[in-house]
Amino acid sequence: MAARLPGVKAVASVRDLTRAFGERVVLDALDLEIGSGEFIALLGRSGSGKSTLLRALAGLDREVSGELSVTDSVAVAFQEPRLVPWKRVLANITLGLDGPAERAHAALAEVGLTERAQAWPLTLSGGEAQRASLARALVREPDLLLLDEPFSALDALTRITIHQLVVELWTRHRPAVLLVTHDVDEALLLADRVLVLDEGRIAHDSPVTAPRPRHRDNPELITLRADLLTALGVAPEGRS
Amino acid sequence: MSVIELEAPADARARSRPRPSRTSGKAWQRWLSPVAVIVIWQVASSTGLLPPRLLAAPATLAATAADLVQSGVLPTAVGVSLQRVLLGFAAGAAAGILLALVAGLSRPGENAVDPLMQMLRALPFFGLIPLFILWFGIGETPKVLLVALAVSFPLYLNTFAGIRGVDGKLAEVAHTLKLGRAALIRHIVLPGALPQTLVGLRQSLGVAWLALIVAEQVNATAGLGYMINDAREFLRTDVIVVGLLVYSALGLLTDALVRLLERRALSWRRGFLG
Repeated sequence: MAARLPGVKAVASVRDLTRAFGERVVLDALDLEIGSGEFIALLGRSGSGKSTLLRALAGLDREVSGELSVTDSVAVAFQEPRLVPWKRVLANITLGLDGPAERAHAALAEVGLTERAQAWPLTLSGGEAQRASLARALVREPDLLLLDEPFSALDALTRITIHQLVVELWTRHRPAVLLVTHDVDEALLLADRVLVLDEGRIAHDSPVTAPRPRHRDNPELITLRADLLTALGVAPEGRS
Repeated sequence: MSVIELEAPADARARSRPRPSRTSGKAWQRWLSPVAVIVIWQVASSTGLLPPRLLAAPATLAATAADLVQSGVLPTAVGVSLQRVLLGFAAGAAAGILLALVAGLSRPGENAVDPLMQMLRALPFFGLIPLFILWFGIGETPKVLLVALAVSFPLYLNTFAGIRGVDGKLAEVAHTLKLGRAALIRHIVLPGALPQTLVGLRQSLGVAWLALIVAEQVNATAGLGYMINDAREFLRTDVIVVGLLVYSALGLLTDALVRLLERRALSWRRGFLG
């Protein structure tokens, strides 16, 4: 397990987390600490329990056992944007929020959706909807932002833009981020720390120190990429 | 086999044709077929194909309708009938929606309400008229109650189904946004159930008029049903048909009102934006 910087407060701490669906154990005595302001990417094959872990951290799964201590200030952006279709974009952002509307307008401006504030969610493009979903999460100024493969349904160009946006927003607001993804390159481009979930536990945990903005041809990333692919049980290209 | 293969592309073309927009002032198209029926009917009457003792001609009906309006008979009758429908509808809608909320929002509520509603639904409610007369006499009460009973079931069933059909993923979003139960119901569950509730509303308005017609055949001393029964005594087919037409016009009118309501309340749905 990568050493957490001393003195950094943990926003989430998980010990012995276990979750089984019938006979199938998805999370098996998993331990994890998420430090304040850390950007973590969680990789894993499909069915490895990535989303199960995220849902446990989000408080959406009450059937888990083990110790789970998570900050109260959590926000989630899901794979599908999950905007409430009968509320206009702005009303989606302010849903459940007591504060003044200025904050919501500021959040929309940050994700570049000011002009769509009064649009119905079903009229948004995939990228716009995902940005609105990010704004809805960020306007709550969370200590922990959980992202459940929010970029996987976007086209490649939109994804690049949103990657940049996420790093920008993270740099400005510094929430801890747990990004669940199946895309090794995405994990390496965005995160400070990359985890691989396998057989219900954290099987691999490595820091990423390359400065941002990162490029795929950075030597550190190339080495890490090979390690991660091996950890995921995929033979890296050219080494088979 | 080959026929099916040949027909398939034609079918696909038909589906890809853009749907006529309902928002661009083409509502008059819905009145075309009723008008056509009236024209054919008038022609049949004028040529003697349709004898007046069976059915009066539309022109006669128009004259009769004008007479009935001028004498005040028709406005009074419509007023009485409308009042019955509105009272019955309000009571039945309130009961149906309230019971759907009780059943939809909690498991104990569902266990308490739903079996009873499913059993009552199986009762032929027009068959209840003799009982209603015994219980409530022959005044307004049994008529209004029959309408209320008829209205409550479609609204109950649709609202209940609508509540249970709300996307669980949105409930999860509400949880992550830290919405309390009241806010969850107000912002997610009720608006989510609204489209289905409006379907129930249209069904229940249709059945409301039906229930009224049946109720007014029994011992009515005022209202459209009374006017029709009275006309039968004097073999006035023109008055009978005017009464029936007024019934159907009122039915169409209430249906149009619900359509308007739907268009406003469900404007978030892409289909309504065209």
